Amino acid sequence: MKVLIVEDDTDAASYLARGLTEAGHTSEVAGDGETGLELASMNEYDVLIVDRMLPKRDGLSLIETLRAKDRQVPILVLSALSQVDDRVKGLRAGGDDYLTKPYAFTELLARIEALSRRKQTADFEAVYRVGDLELDRLSHTVSRAGKPVVLQPREFRLLEYLMRHAGQVVTRTMLLENVWDYHFDPQTNVIDVHISRLRGKIDKAFERPLVHTVRGAGYVIRADAD
Amino acid sequence: MSEAPTTADALGAPSRGRSRPIGAERHHGGRLARLVRTTAFKLTLVYLIVFVALSLALIAYISSTTARLIDRQLETAIDGETSELVAQFRTGNLFKVMDAIERRSMRPDASVYLITDFSGNPLIGNVAELIYDPADAQPGKTFPVRYNRLRSEAGEPTHRAIAKLSVLGGGYRLLVGRDVEDRIEFSTIIRRSIRGAILVVVALALVSWIFLSRSVLRKVDAIAASSRRIVAGDLARRLPTDQSGDEFDRLADSVNGMLDEIERLHAGLQEVSQNIAHDLKTPLTRVRNRLDEMLRHRPEPEDAEASLAVAIEECDQLIRTFEALLTIARVESHSARISLEPTDLSALLADMAEFYEPATEDVGMRLTTSIAPAITIRGEPTLLRNMLANLLDNALKYGASDMARVDLSLHTEGDKAVILVRDHGEGVADAHRARLTDRFVRMDAARSKPGAGLGLSMVKAIVGHHGGTLDLLDADPGLAVRIALPLAP
Repeated sequence: MKVLIVEDDTDAASYLARGLTEAGHTSEVAGDGETGLELASMNEYDVLIVDRMLPKRDGLSLIETLRAKDRQVPILVLSALSQVDDRVKGLRAGGDDYLTKPYAFTELLARIEALSRRKQTADFEAVYRVGDLELDRLSHTVSRAGKPVVLQPREFRLLEYLMRHAGQVVTRTMLLENVWDYHFDPQTNVIDVHISRLRGKIDKAFERPLVHTVRGAGYVIRADAD
Repeated sequence: MSEAPTTADALGAPSRGRSRPIGAERHHGGRLARLVRTTAFKLTLVYLIVFVALSLALIAYISSTTARLIDRQLETAIDGETSELVAQFRTGNLFKVMDAIERRSMRPDASVYLITDFSGNPLIGNVAELIYDPADAQPGKTFPVRYNRLRSEAGEPTHRAIAKLSVLGGGYRLLVGRDVEDRIEFSTIIRRSIRGAILVVVALALVSWIFLSRSVLRKVDAIAASSRRIVAGDLARRLPTDQSGDEFDRLADSVNGMLDEIERLHAGLQEVSQNIAHDLKTPLTRVRNRLDEMLRHRPEPEDAEASLAVAIEECDQLIRTFEALLTIARVESHSARISLEPTDLSALLADMAEFYEPATEDVGMRLTTSIAPAITIRGEPTLLRNMLANLLDNALKYGASDMARVDLSLHTEGDKAVILVRDHGEGVADAHRARLTDRFVRMDAARSKPGAGLGLSMVKAIVGHHGGTLDLLDADPGLAVRIALPLAP
């Protein structure tokens, strides 16, 4: 995956670049908004990581300009501004996701991987399949090995989100934001309990579990056990 | 020197290089210039102009009406005498008229009489000299004349009068006039008194202006001096009041009330900063020491990894604490950016209950809900969810007991939506309950559990921002948190 990092803090940028290289991705760094806009207009990237406060041209303006040029590259907005309305502004400008500094690298990695894959996996696919697990988005039914699984509406959406990003790590915050549209930080392990309930319904009766916990990061659904 | 605000100032950006202490007045010119700039001066000037103009108009009206009245009386007198004399001429002859004139001339306030023959020669009269413009002298019209009485002393100025001419018949003409010196004298007196009155008014205005300005300036100076000291850091100082109950006293009283509030907030802020400093320094020191230890002891890779993981977890906890503090500060400042919108509180609570229900079961408790439908308030959903999450987190953390139950309910009471979150745990002693909403306050029971002691401070701030009230009640057993929020109109 080829990532463009638009970030004026060189420490933060090289931390990101190193982390991305270790995760098997390539990255380029632009130190200000104008350079970022130039690179993003000329080259093809899988994901853009854009800091909100940049010299020469601020992050939101960069994103708006790109979107006005009809560049559909997925963009993750990075910002020290953490309030809900800041987030809304970032998304409204054309960002696809919003992450507040300071962040855990695993969180960032999970998010850009989810963003980049989103480009390829169709949002239009009617049926998601992971191993022998099937989720029909039209009839809202789930079955494993041909046997129907009854899920609560929220459990269905949780599974749908996991399966849409099958093979990718999704963090607890991503689940909280995308499945529940909640933007607070629960002190208790609420998400874990929801996942364990879901596991009880789709994994418990089967030999090979599909939902896996990734330590220090989140969860992943995949067919091949490692 | 331009004092016009720049765009940056208008936008609230920090301005550089033009700070001027409040109340430091500039001295243009001397004392007089300062007096002239006062409001008292402007008021005095306005009053003066209005008063003088009114007086002038009034006096002018009175004097002109009076003069007209006097003129009319004089004319009436002239007409009366003329018609009497003409009647005597008709019934008798010229000599009878002459007799009458002579008799009348004896009176002290006698009119002016003159009879002339067809060629204009005076036949009889009580004037030595009569000057008038022949062009004015039309019969039946009033015209001004000047005259000297018979037997008047030489050099005596001529008198002014108004006169009327009538034709007697046989070429004889009769002129009857009345002296107008008194009337002219009257006008002069009025004019002179007007002039005097204006002088007195102006003098009085000047005196009262100086007096007013000086007393006002003295008060303003006192207030400015006090404000300067307050700005310089003497927050305990108050503006002087003299209990006179005047505008300055009232102003100073309300400013003093404001200063009390500022001082209270300032003290609160200082306490909070100290608490924050303390509560952030402690975990920071822990992280620092952990890293320091690793640097000195070079632990085995597995141990190092574990230590680093703990350090990162502690940093994350610090970041969460910071976030919580920022949110509380932002909510408490009633930021205009937090807009309250009609929010279906019933649906929001039901969603949150559904979200927390598995976690409640996971810790071996039950979440019972009793949510009245379709209760709408004006609120900010994310903050409201944050508030409920804090309350439910607390209930799960501290509500463990044999009852193993958390109750969540929503109903209306009058014009309020009332949320009740109740656990059946050990509860909190009366003495400590009031302090629960203070920042970083943690009960002994909580020390062993994760958290920074900001949850209820956050709840309090959010409830306050929504115009609601927060009560912590002893549910015996357990703690009941009661939140009353105003219903949407």
